[in-house]
Amino acid sequence: MLKKTLLLIFLVFSVFLFSQENDSLIFLENQNPFLDFKLTGNDIPNDGGGGIQINWCFPDSLGNWFLTVLRRDDSNNLMVVATDLLVSSMQVRDVSSEEEPSRVKDNTNYYYTGILSQNMINEQFLNKLISNGSEYLKNGTYIFGNDTFYITGETEAIVSKSSWFNLSRIPVLVSLIIIAFVFLYYLNLAKSGKDLYIRKINGLDAVEEAVGRSTEMGKPIMYILGIGYVTDIPTIAGLTILGRVAKKVADYETRILVPSYDPVVMTTAQEVVKEAFTEAGRPDLYNKNDIMYITQDQFGYAAGVDGMMMREKPGAVFLQGLFFAESLILAETGHSIGAIQISGTTETAQLPFFVAACDYTLIGEEMMAASVYLQKEPMMLGSIAAEDLLKVFIMFLIIIGFVLSVLGYGFKIEVLKSVFDWLINLLQV
Amino acid sequence: MAISTNIWIWIAALLTLAIYSFLYKDNPFYKFAEYLLVGISIGYGISVYWHNTIITKVFNPLVYDKNFLVLIPLILGLLMFSRFFKNVAYLSRIPIAFVVGAGTGLSVPSSFEFLFKQIYATMPLKLDVGSLIIVVGVISTLVYFFFSLEHKGFVGKVSKVGITFIMVAFGAAFGYTIMARVSLFIGRIQFLLSDWLGIIK
Repeated sequence: MLKKTLLLIFLVFSVFLFSQENDSLIFLENQNPFLDFKLTGNDIPNDGGGGIQINWCFPDSLGNWFLTVLRRDDSNNLMVVATDLLVSSMQVRDVSSEEEPSRVKDNTNYYYTGILSQNMINEQFLNKLISNGSEYLKNGTYIFGNDTFYITGETEAIVSKSSWFNLSRIPVLVSLIIIAFVFLYYLNLAKSGKDLYIRKINGLDAVEEAVGRSTEMGKPIMYILGIGYVTDIPTIAGLTILGRVAKKVADYETRILVPSYDPVVMTTAQEVVKEAFTEAGRPDLYNKNDIMYITQDQFGYAAGVDGMMMREKPGAVFLQGLFFAESLILAETGHSIGAIQISGTTETAQLPFFVAACDYTLIGEEMMAASVYLQKEPMMLGSIAAEDLLKVFIMFLIIIGFVLSVLGYGFKIEVLKSVFDWLINLLQV
Repeated sequence: MAISTNIWIWIAALLTLAIYSFLYKDNPFYKFAEYLLVGISIGYGISVYWHNTIITKVFNPLVYDKNFLVLIPLILGLLMFSRFFKNVAYLSRIPIAFVVGAGTGLSVPSSFEFLFKQIYATMPLKLDVGSLIIVVGVISTLVYFFFSLEHKGFVGKVSKVGITFIMVAFGAAFGYTIMARVSLFIGRIQFLLSDWLGIIK
């Protein structure tokens, strides 16, 4: 009986022992089989500060292991930089972001340590390590439960600094200066009275027809600027075209509706239309309520504009600006009410929908050239000529690259191969 | 077949049908869904602006961090309200000019970087037919976008090749996006037939 009772007690005790999670922390100082595995770090160059890059090299055997990186400052505050990085990723960036602006401070010493493990890091172990403070972050091996973690040596002090200039952008600066001079040359040429030519842009010849047709039908014109902000180039181009269209609308004494996605775009559009009506000598026709705010929700905007189209039945719809997934919804509704549609955007993914559903489409840069085409001011014609010259330069650069590549790599001419490689490096800004 | 008893599923399903009813014609159900969507999104937008801009970027830095530099954008923002007063309405042009000017200026270097990347991507890093097609495609497309030359003769022929390349690219993009849209539609139908009506699993 006693034997049975003892056996039962032993069994219960064993079960109790095995059911408990073994969370004792065993530390074996300087016993690390991966002593060669070291972290190095440096300030991220050419940035605005608040960024440090940590690098490491690894033997092939550690390729599938995990690395957790910790950071310590001079006051011994510990922070987790990243957990469970694959060792094969070879680097991680410790950067301040908009969400965490005070993460890495400039001109502060930081020391980085890594924890190598075969499995993902144990949260309890990590918390214990951090709560115990930096003296626990010694090079060695920790055994926690069934897991083993290897602590790497600490890096030297790494300091983050902000740079005044981003030197990697020097080619951009040089090309900007050259382009500025080309523009100035053509502007002077235009000022001196030289006739500059602009080719026919089909969609824009239809503006007059579209506005005239709407007027004859007694219907308004709808001008949709898309879902861009006033800082987006296509929206700015759309606003410039709006000015020209609004002037024609004022000449024809009809109405223009501009449903807007962004309040600042709406305000700018109101200013543009008001000015155009004044220029046309009909400020009395301007109604600021015709340029209204809808919503800043993409599909809410699409639903609102669609509804307005169905009710107001405009005779002409202009879709000029930045468009995304709502492009086809808007263009298809405009098509269904029988309006003449003239669209334009720089979004290559949306252009096919406009081409399919609209009468005329301004493709990419045609939209930028549209305002020049509509007014034909000599100064702006000069900028178009300058742009064309730059395109020629780009074409030559590509052709030269092609020839160098064929001769250098195809015919194995080493000098040309080096020149091609230099050109490629120059383009990688 | 088990029709959902969850009120939110019912609301979502009925609103989905109300929006789809536009495919037939404009009707009161669509109008209701449209006004609801526009109204809710404006309300939601205001609360997001209030918390993410007014509180986080203006109130907190000003009151807690004593960062008085915040006053500059705050004043610029307040100038937008001058539009409500006819005699000082012109002041609203200052923040607009600031935003347009800064936006245009900031986009210059990024546009250049994009240009560099585009030229880099066109460079034939491998000598094959694909690289040749890319080079010919880019050059002829650039010729199509020449505005100061009449598209006649040699230029006209090259620009025709360019527009052909553009249309081929548009065709591919069109098919790709339509596939994505059809998959969205399938998702919606699945929601109606599965989550709402329980006809399919």
